[in-house]
Order: sequence, then C-alpha cells, then structure tokens
Amino acid sequence: MDTTIEAALGELLPRVIKPARYTGGEWNSCVKDWDQTTIKVALAYPDVYEVGMSNLALIILYDLLNRREDVLAERVYTPWMDLEAALRGAGLPLYSLETRHPLHEFDVVGFTLPYELNYTNVLTMLDLGGIPLLVEERDDSHPLIIGGGTGTYNPEPLADFFDLFVVGEGEEVTLELLDLYRECGRNREEYLRRAARIEGLYVPSLYEVKYHDDGTVQEVTPTHPDAKPVVVKRIVDALPPAPTRVIVPFVEAVHDRASIEILRGCTQGCRFCQAGMIYRPLRERPLEEILATADELLASTGYEELALVSLSSCNYSGIEELVEKLLERHGPSHTSISLPSLRMDSFSLRLAEMFQGQRKTGLTFAPEAGSERLRRVINKVITHDDILSTAETAFASGWQRIKLYFMIGLPTETMEDVEAIAQMVKEVLRIGRQARGKKTQVNVSVATFIPKTHTPFQWQPLEGRALLEEKHHLLRRLIRGRGLKLSWNDPETSLLEAALSRGDRRLGGVILEAWRRGARFDAWSEALNVRSWWEGFAAQGLDPAFYAHRERSLEETLPWDLFSSGVSKEYLISEYRRSLNEETTLDCREGPCRTCGILESFPRETQSMRNGRWGCLSEEKTHTR
Amino acid sequence: MRPSTDSTQRLRVTFAKGEEVKYISHLDLMRLWERALRRANVPLVYSQGYNPRPKISIAFPLAVGITGQEELLDVTLERPLAPRDFASAVERQLPTGISLSEVEEVYPTLPALQTQVQAADYLATVEACETVQQIEARLDGLLSSESLPRERRNKEYDLRPLIEELWLESRDEHQYTLGMRLRAGERGTGRPDEVLDQLALAAHVKGITRTRLFFAPVEEQ
Repeated sequence: MDTTIEAALGELLPRVIKPARYTGGEWNSCVKDWDQTTIKVALAYPDVYEVGMSNLALIILYDLLNRREDVLAERVYTPWMDLEAALRGAGLPLYSLETRHPLHEFDVVGFTLPYELNYTNVLTMLDLGGIPLLVEERDDSHPLIIGGGTGTYNPEPLADFFDLFVVGEGEEVTLELLDLYRECGRNREEYLRRAARIEGLYVPSLYEVKYHDDGTVQEVTPTHPDAKPVVVKRIVDALPPAPTRVIVPFVEAVHDRASIEILRGCTQGCRFCQAGMIYRPLRERPLEEILATADELLASTGYEELALVSLSSCNYSGIEELVEKLLERHGPSHTSISLPSLRMDSFSLRLAEMFQGQRKTGLTFAPEAGSERLRRVINKVITHDDILSTAETAFASGWQRIKLYFMIGLPTETMEDVEAIAQMVKEVLRIGRQARGKKTQVNVSVATFIPKTHTPFQWQPLEGRALLEEKHHLLRRLIRGRGLKLSWNDPETSLLEAALSRGDRRLGGVILEAWRRGARFDAWSEALNVRSWWEGFAAQGLDPAFYAHRERSLEETLPWDLFSSGVSKEYLISEYRRSLNEETTLDCREGPCRTCGILESFPRETQSMRNGRWGCLSEEKTHTR
Repeated sequence: MRPSTDSTQRLRVTFAKGEEVKYISHLDLMRLWERALRRANVPLVYSQGYNPRPKISIAFPLAVGITGQEELLDVTLERPLAPRDFASAVERQLPTGISLSEVEEVYPTLPALQTQVQAADYLATVEACETVQQIEARLDGLLSSESLPRERRNKEYDLRPLIEELWLESRDEHQYTLGMRLRAGERGTGRPDEVLDQLALAAHVKGITRTRLFFAPVEEQ
C-alpha cells in the first residue's frame, strides 16, 4: 500500500461524490504482494467505476491474470471530474484500487475499449497516471499501453497513444503477451517487434498510412517485416471456464448482478449489428457447465440475480431447459434469472412464461425498425404479429413495463417507416392495457443508427442532422401520453460517435486537441462538451462530416480494412446488396451456408468445427463441404 | 414443510463499520449485508411480492465518511439458529472493515429497531493550534447558547436541542478528540459534521466515529 497516497486520500475523498468508487476492498477482490510479483498489470476501464465494474471482459481478464502466480492484476477506472481536479490539485497520481500504486509503476496498462465516446478518458487516465500520452514520448521506463475490446476493430484513431492492440478475443493471446513480457518486456522495441508476429496483435508504430488528396486512405503498409499485412482477430475455439469468484462492488454497479456468458457469437445476421459480425462463430457453453458455474458464482457472491449473457439468448439451443433448471435450483433462495437479450418471437413466449412468479422488473425487446419492409432491409426477420403476440404474453405473464428499442436513420428508411414505430408502440400499449390496465408502461428508446465498421452497412453514411431531427420531431409528436415514454440520442453525440468509430489515424490529433480543450466523459450528456470536439477537428483541419456523413464507395480503402473479423468483405458486400433489394438472409442455423468467411479464416480450428462444436456448421454441411 | 411464521427468529447483530468501508453509503451497506447473509446461507425471511427482499434492518443510517463501532442490525430468520452458529457462518462472509462483535436473540415482536433510536455518541478528532482552554471555551459557548439556528437542505432548524452533551474527550498535542451525544429519531437528528461546523472546526476534522447508540427502554414482555 502506497502510504503517501493513502494519507492524502483521507483529505480528498470526503469532498468528492461517491467516494467508495475509489477505495477498493470489495468482496472477492484480489490483493497480491506487490514486491513479490514479477509482472504487474493494471486493468483500466475508461469510464466510471459503476460502468467498468459491469464489463464482463474485465471480469474475465482479472480472474485469468490473477490466477497466474507471476502476475498481479489491479483495477483502475476513470475518476469523475471532481476527483480528477482534486488529484491534480494535490499533485497525486491516478492509482490502482487494490494496492494504491500509481499507474506509471505498473509494467503493463491494459485498457478495455468498448466505446468510442470514452476515448478521451483514456487520455485522462494516462496523464493522471504519470504516463506520457504519445507513444513517441515514452521509453523503456514506462508501462506498455495495450488496448483490447471492440474498439480495436478500428483502433486507428487511438494509434498515437497505444503500443499495441489486441484484436479479437483476449483469453489466450493475453497469456501469450505475458509470456513474451517475461522474455523481453523491458526492451520495448524488441517486445513490440516480436508481439507483431503473434496472431491478433497490432503494433501501430510498425505501419505507415498514406492518404489520397481527397483525404481517403491510399494505402497502409507495414514498415517492418514482422508486421502483418492484415491483422486477423483472435478467437478461442471453445469458451474457457467462466469466472466464479467475481468482485461484488459496494457501490451499485450498472449491472449489479452475477453474469455468465452462455453463448458467444450470433448466427442471426442482423446487418446493422457489429457484434453479430465480429463475434462469429457461434460457441455455446455446455449446459452442465453453466449450471455448475451458476452454483459456484451465486455461492461466492451472494448476488440475488443471475444474468445469462449472450447476443441473443434464444440462440442457445437448450435455453428452455437451462432456464427451467436454474429456476428449480435457485428460485427457492429468491434468486432471479434474467435474459438480457430476448428476441420478439413465438419461441420467446414460452421463455417469458417460465419467469412467472419471478421478479417482474421489466422486459426489453428490440424490434429495431417499425415496418416489416425495413426489418427485411436490416435482416431483423420478425413479423408484426410475432411482436404483438410476444407483448401480449409478456403482459399476461405479469409484466407491466416493456421497453422497446428502435433505430432511426437506417438505410432506405422513409417517414412511413418512422411512423410505423409509433403505430407499433401504440398497439403494444393497447394490448398491455387490456391485460394490466392503466399501470401499463411502454418505454421507447430510439437510437440513431450508426453505420458500424465490419458490417454490411459500413459504406453507408450517418443520416444528416436535419432529417434526423425531423424524425425525432415526428416521434415526439406521435409517442406521448400516459403509459408512454420516449427517449432518443443527442444528434451531436451520434455524429461524434460515427466520426470516431469510422476514423483514421489523423483523428489521434483531434482526440488530443479535444481532450486538451476539456473533453471528458463524452458519453455522459452532463459532461459532453461538443465544442471542444468541433474545435479539435478544426485545429487538425479535419471535418467530422467527412468521416460520418459521407457514403463510401465499395472500392475505397477503409481505415479498418487492415483488420479482419474473419468475415470476408465479399460477404459484407453481398449482404449490403441483398439489403438494398429487401432480401433477407436466413439464420446460419436454419439456412444454407452463405460462406461469410469465418470458417476459411480459421483453418487451424477446422478440426474442432468438424466435431460439431461450432454453431454454424451442422453435420450435413460438414459432409457437403 | 414450510415453517410457520411463529417459528421465525429475530437476531440482533452488533457490528463495526471501519475505516476501510467508511465511504460506503447506507444503501450500499444494506446490499453488503444482504449479500453476505446470502453467502452465509442463513435461512432469511423474505418479503412477499414481485420483488422479495430479506427482512433485515439497520438501526440508524451512518453518514458517508463516518465509522461506527457499535452499529446494530436486526435479521429475521425462517427458523431458529444458535446465535453462535449464525455468527460463525456470517463472519467469514464479511469484507474487511465490517466485523461482528455480538449476536443475540431478541423477541420477534419488538418494535422495529429504527423506530427506537433516541440518541448517538460520536467522537470527532480535529486538528487545532489552540490551547485546551480555548477549545473548552468554544464548547461552552455552544452549550450556553439558547438556540443555534441553521439550515439543512433549505429548511431551517435549531441545532441546539439536538446536542444533548458535548465534551472534550482527550488531547494529543494539537489533536483534540471531542465527544458529543446527539439526539436521533422522530424528535430530530443531530449530525456531528454540523456541530463541528458550528464550532468552526469542520475544516480541521481528521475523522469521526460513532461509538454508541441509545434506544428507548424496552417494556417488559
């Protein structure tokens, strides 16, 4: 324990909001002997504690790393602006929760990058942690700065600040990184050169980017023979055991519950969904393993809720049996089971009914689009009747509150499609009132569609602001009154998110400028300071519209073409074309293989696929292959 | 067979909330207890309804930043458990900073603990470059006031009747430890930070701890 920091905190913490965010000591947290451990890793999450504590990736890595005897992993989150100011005022560094060591004293700082709007928090943490922001300003005395998470499918905007990015699933490659660190970690140059050879790792300093006069990327070339021409993501061929001794926060986390990942990947093929593309292929955790994990997890945490995490719970082949068995085992101790991602179809009805007698905290469904036509475009294939009958069953089973997620600004969307959202919402409310009366509540969340990288819509522009506002206005007019609540995104936030997620390396300068002008917690409406961002863009001579609102041609070299999710560009193009023709594509488990490329990208794992462990490959398909 | 309601048991737990967890809020502490008791696998009684909660109650919320030496918690169990067995099962499930000092069985029919709190003792350590006489003069000045009008959340109130006692507990060079007995419950609750503010010592506080709670006398059953 660093005693100077400890003593000074006694003065600072009483003056900040939620000081328990910054004290550690939670149940199941792991405190190792600093001096006796070879490799010291800080696991950093660029948002506040309550958000970071809910991130499953960090929970997995914390467990994985601390199981190794030669490694200690400690946590650090972004201090809210009050503590940032207090630390700066007192000349104190950002410190880890477990042993209160300054960030710069760690060997490795690993950031999880789940969202573009917390990139400025990365800079706050490095700077407060006593680490120079730019890679070129750091030397062998500084920690290695590594990034992982979905942000690394286009890490280019952060290339100036990170030594290394992990693209894809981290469970195996993180351990390889640590083994390599034992060999040559103190020699940054050698370490990065050798890391560049490892699959799934990207060392930005070993590449050079050239631009056309119009600002688009001309080419990205490796400047060193060890740097790969394409960085293919890493995957694990089966889900590693899920952590069972997880930290139970004192402060209520955003997801204040136990979580088990039951399924990774998704075969539904929704065309707007980045997760559905980049987490392929589908891998299920065996049912018996989930049951055993649930027993241990609930016993070690005392949580009163267990969430079964996946991109789509109904994709789990034994989902009914699983829920039934979990309720049987843990229902008597008043533990509730939650499925955060239910599809609105007839199958989910049965699942919803199984929760009868359980806590009815509210049910969330995502029809995504109001009209069937537009749902065909985005390949969210559920019928109007399915949606209404699912709602009916949910209300009949005891729920009073249903939350519906939609997007606006989807490709080919018309005003009629937007009106269809309001119509659907009103029908759901009407059905609810028949079953539950006046207490029925339908909460509608309308997000702006952001064309995500590595999806069939990656060439599409973010819809213009005027049209978006017109659509917001229409929905506000139509969705109002008792029992209805509408929420939507701030258009400026969407613009920023679209520009950052689709950006190139030049955005590093923008992020730095915006941060220097005070940009912090950009995902928090009370903190977002868009002016600092637009000034940052202007200072670098760049225009956010170039990145966000421009439709890209299929021939353009995209900044993220260097990174492969295993799904081929040809497949994305074919899905893009099908979408514009309103042609749907069947779920991989139901229809013929569309050869998305995932099997070809991972030939080494072919054997385990043939054993039928991978969701997309049925027996039959194996024979014809 | 479901145990009938008359076989339920109420246990009164005396515990300390130490330095390590002094910043966690009252609601955080409730969740902490709920989860620790679930881990300990003791037979909790739950409320009815869609959102069942275990029947546990803490006597008197402690403000963020203040430690507590003799805090009280009542837990209702579905079936009787020897207090010693309860203590040994629960102790192992408590995070650093929370410690049990006593578990005793009380009548299940006693009124809710929260309604019985009448006063609490606090010790506050402050740093001051003053003599003992000067400090004592401050305390006397406060105690001899007829009223001490103050504002709390835009509401006016009189602090004076909330201070039952105020004394100098000990001194170590420039560190003075002040003791105070403050009223709690329906007739108003005195807060130690407000007393220190009234003494113009709030900026020099090193720490505050609650040492004892006082309850309404229990009627013979």
